[in-house]
Amino acid sequence: MNEPSSTEKKLIPISVVALDIALPESPTGAMIRTLGLVSAICGLIIVGAYQGTYDAVAANKRIAAERAVFRVLPKAKTIAEFFAQPGGGIAKVGAGDTAIPPGAVKFFAAYDDAGKLAGIAAEGVGKGYADNVRIMFGYQPDCQCVVGIGVVAMRETPGIGDKIITDKDFLANFTALDLRLKADLSMLANEVKAVKHGSKTAAWQIDAIAGATITSRAVGKAINDSAQALLPRLLPHLEKLKTS
Amino acid sequence: MSTADTPQTWDEFMEGVWRQNPVFVMVLGMCPTLAVTVSAINAISMGLATLFVLVCSCGLVSLMRRFTPKEVRIAVYIVIIATFVTAVDYAIQAISLALYEALGAFIQLIVVNCIILGRAEAHAAKNAPMPAMINAAGMGVGFTIGLLALGVVREILGAGTLFGVALFGAGFQPWVIMVLPPGGFFVLGAWLLLFSWWARRRPLKEAAQNV
Amino acid sequence: MSESAFQIFVNALLANNFVLAMFLGLCPFLGVSGKLDTAFPMGVATTFVMLVASLCAYGLNLLLTAFHLEFLRLISYIVIIASAVQLVEMVLKKYSPALFRALGIYLPLITTNCAVLGVALFQTAREYDFVQSVTFSIGGGAGFTLALVLMASVRERLTLSNVPDLAQGTALSLMLAGILSLSFMGFAGLGG
Repeated sequence: MNEPSSTEKKLIPISVVALDIALPESPTGAMIRTLGLVSAICGLIIVGAYQGTYDAVAANKRIAAERAVFRVLPKAKTIAEFFAQPGGGIAKVGAGDTAIPPGAVKFFAAYDDAGKLAGIAAEGVGKGYADNVRIMFGYQPDCQCVVGIGVVAMRETPGIGDKIITDKDFLANFTALDLRLKADLSMLANEVKAVKHGSKTAAWQIDAIAGATITSRAVGKAINDSAQALLPRLLPHLEKLKTS
Repeated sequence: MSTADTPQTWDEFMEGVWRQNPVFVMVLGMCPTLAVTVSAINAISMGLATLFVLVCSCGLVSLMRRFTPKEVRIAVYIVIIATFVTAVDYAIQAISLALYEALGAFIQLIVVNCIILGRAEAHAAKNAPMPAMINAAGMGVGFTIGLLALGVVREILGAGTLFGVALFGAGFQPWVIMVLPPGGFFVLGAWLLLFSWWARRRPLKEAAQNV
Repeated sequence: MSESAFQIFVNALLANNFVLAMFLGLCPFLGVSGKLDTAFPMGVATTFVMLVASLCAYGLNLLLTAFHLEFLRLISYIVIIASAVQLVEMVLKKYSPALFRALGIYLPLITTNCAVLGVALFQTAREYDFVQSVTFSIGGGAGFTLALVLMASVRERLTLSNVPDLAQGTALSLMLAGILSLSFMGFAGLGG
């Protein structure tokens, strides 16, 4: 911790707040009174703002989540939020004990007009070129496959990495991406992976965008990791989700 | 105080808008200036959010100025500013989540924007609420104009759009670099060059006219 | 969200450098980068405060989450950072006067450095655990120091060269920062 004190004669490039040494000290009581008063006023303002906007914020968040789910599962009309417990089993978010245990995986169950399960949507994260790429994918239990993806958040290079939203050939990968589990439902039968542009051979592979391989790979990893964590816990309890 | 004559009030207001413009003249509050100005709409929202915090905090600081012992003044200012920033944070979430995500952590980082603390310390703490708020409003408008100047240039060059409306035909190849971090530095640098050129020219011109 | 500590460190240091890619802490970056031997202590002091702030924010966040008081997060973070800076100042003054003299003048400025609050906010938003938070703050601080030192070295060189009058000062610094930022973009994808 002891640096040589040769650094004493430093130039001070920015003006530092002047210390008002000569002035007499204010009484302690005044300080406490002022700080208390300010804290009280500020507390009131913050709580007021929080309460006043609570409903609008909650409504906005619900709409945003619905929009994201409807994009990956076009047939869906309503959604419900669930989580898969670490040890297996699923529970509805907000029902009974609200605490979500660590290691739980959140997902949305989406229902069509008739109240029948239209699909399941979950989020996944993969390391992209600049930062994490967060995506949402729609899963169909009937075909055990991914039927659509949407990007939740990313900071990839505009014009290159963001092709994962716009590139038609790339999005065509996600009309029936194979997510079948092994027979004992313990894990995915095949690892979902992005392969070099033009070398896709199997239904569980993703044909990467030429020039944006890292971002494509991030999408593959995001789906794989999330599905690996979610599906083995979810599928045994699928019956519970069948109707809303 | 309440009947401050208009020219003086106007002068107080224009101080921040033009002569002491926080972005171009004082070069303060750089972090949000560069980070959120990838589009004009982001720039204007950030500017308005800062304006709101600036006016409210300066008003409250000015009201409290007689009861604030100097030893704890910085703490008082910071608490007041953080309060209004929290309020703005929730307001933006209530208005538009998409906007909230576009601005990201920089809404909360308004707290450490040196413009606000600077105004509170240098002006609001010494003046009555009305002039303090007018001065703060001027600074806020000046900051918004500065952000907008950056946002417009970066959005037009970097994406070929303005407020989301495409300006050029499909043949336009966007200068992607403008919406990436380096573009922010370059555009602000270019604006500052322009301003120092303008500031230098005017005295010469006036001198020429007077002779 | 299971990034390894190494990935987080490299990302915060280079690919997502606080100053050059995320625009945090620009005021000291432009203000103190004039001379190399002021830039380095400033970087070290900031890194230290960032580490302290990160630790405090981690503990505080646990407390706030436990009591469902998330709406007080911002105000308590800024207060705790201001107090942490004050505390660091006092501790240094008492136990290491030499270091205090070297860093002391910079400490008050660090409170309003948005890189410090940025660390606290980002680690909360990304839900980093304890080890991740610590590496993130050290990496971010090292990145800040690196950017500051690079910039100062370039500017020291520039004092000897012939720059047009018009471009002197902040405009030139910003252009330089732009070029540095451009070169740091080359690091993207490194932490993958």
